[in-house]
Amino acid sequence: MSSEWPLWEVFIRGQHGLNHRHVGSLHAPSAEMAIQNARDVYTRRNEGVSIWVVRSNDITASAPSDKGPLFEPSNAKVYRHPTFFDIPDDVGHM
Amino acid sequence: MYAQMVTSEGGKARDEMTPEECAFQDRIDRGERIEPKDWMPEGYRKTLIRQIGQHAHSEVVGQLPEGNWITRAPTLERKQILLAKVQDEAGHGLYLYSAAETLGVSRDELTEMLLAGKMKYSSIFNYPTLTWADIGAVGWLVDGAAIMNQVPLQRTSYGPYARAMVRICKEESFHQRQGYSIMMTMARGTADQKAMAQDALNRFWYPSLMMFGPSDKDSVHSAQSMAWKIKINTNDELRQKFVDQTVPQARFLGLEIPDPDLVWNEEKGGYDFSQPDWSEFYEVLKGNGPCNAERMEARIEAWEDGAWVREGLMAHAEKRAAAHAAE
Ligand SMILES: [Fe+2]
Ligand SMILES: [Fe+2]
Ligand SMILES: [Fe+2]
Repeated sequence: MSSEWPLWEVFIRGQHGLNHRHVGSLHAPSAEMAIQNARDVYTRRNEGVSIWVVRSNDITASAPSDKGPLFEPSNAKVYRHPTFFDIPDDVGHM
Repeated sequence: MYAQMVTSEGGKARDEMTPEECAFQDRIDRGERIEPKDWMPEGYRKTLIRQIGQHAHSEVVGQLPEGNWITRAPTLERKQILLAKVQDEAGHGLYLYSAAETLGVSRDELTEMLLAGKMKYSSIFNYPTLTWADIGAVGWLVDGAAIMNQVPLQRTSYGPYARAMVRICKEESFHQRQGYSIMMTMARGTADQKAMAQDALNRFWYPSLMMFGPSDKDSVHSAQSMAWKIKINTNDELRQKFVDQTVPQARFLGLEIPDPDLVWNEEKGGYDFSQPDWSEFYEVLKGNGPCNAERMEARIEAWEDGAWVREGLMAHAEKRAAAHAAE
């Protein structure tokens, strides 16, 4: 009987209040075991204070071929960046 | 290295490449990272599976020679340290298997190929660890040689492989330092302890040099892998770097490198040194090293004896999921 455990993606939030970050993946039979295993492998040196696991199969990803159509529109909108606006030095810090 | 003599598939000149293959090579030449869902030549994918898989197997099999000493470490502190080091290696195996899985091979398939003798692991782990000093020599030399190879691989072209290397490199320097610390303690100990340290260096020196693999300056496989940036340096370059770094460390310990022809070469700014016995290397790869049979037996036993646990936990998880769904 083949009983390969499903694959989970592991996300960890560090000490300093940043978002959970993808750190890697692992196999586990259940979500509880995935958390246990993630604790054992991915937080061996104070890397985090919170773990999320999600089944890899449940992730929907954008296709690499969509890179152009998906991201091009925002590249063209340079005025979304603060550096687009020239503010005279006399105005002071802004 | 941890991946030795990986045969690469492909090796096409630019004018023989399809437009897709050309565009792919351009991306690599520009230093872009290739990600799992990107188009890639079949040869790139297969070669990477072979290389990353072999690397992963080495991390896992590499636990055996060191695990041998966990119950016999000289102090409780040394025991805890060695246990942590060996646990790290299990994690390294996991990171690398995960990277390989993004290329469309399953973890179980990789394990089964190893156990069937269809995939290899590094030659170095087929040597025995006879004394406690060997644990020092392994951390200092074997992990030291691994670092030489793994640091440049952080810039390899395949994203998941590069990211696995970044994680691994963060942990390796602990491994090398704990090994060197054992060597320092023994080299400063009694005459017998110092002799043990020297003996360990004598036995692990040439097998460590073999880790980089035979000279590949004329190898077509290496040329292809370097074009794809899944190999960054030649074997000889890395071996030279390793020798140049290690000789002063041995001197500091008051130990002698077991090579009468070792001499500083001012002109090249590095040491001249003797090559290991490459016929021994090929014998070890063929399965005839001192511990090949023992290592494979241990892996097969672990896999077979663990089957009921893997199956039982899966069955339990499925049962609970079904009960949950029925509620
Ligand atoms: Fe490792
Ligand atoms: Fe290692
Ligand atoms: Fe290591």
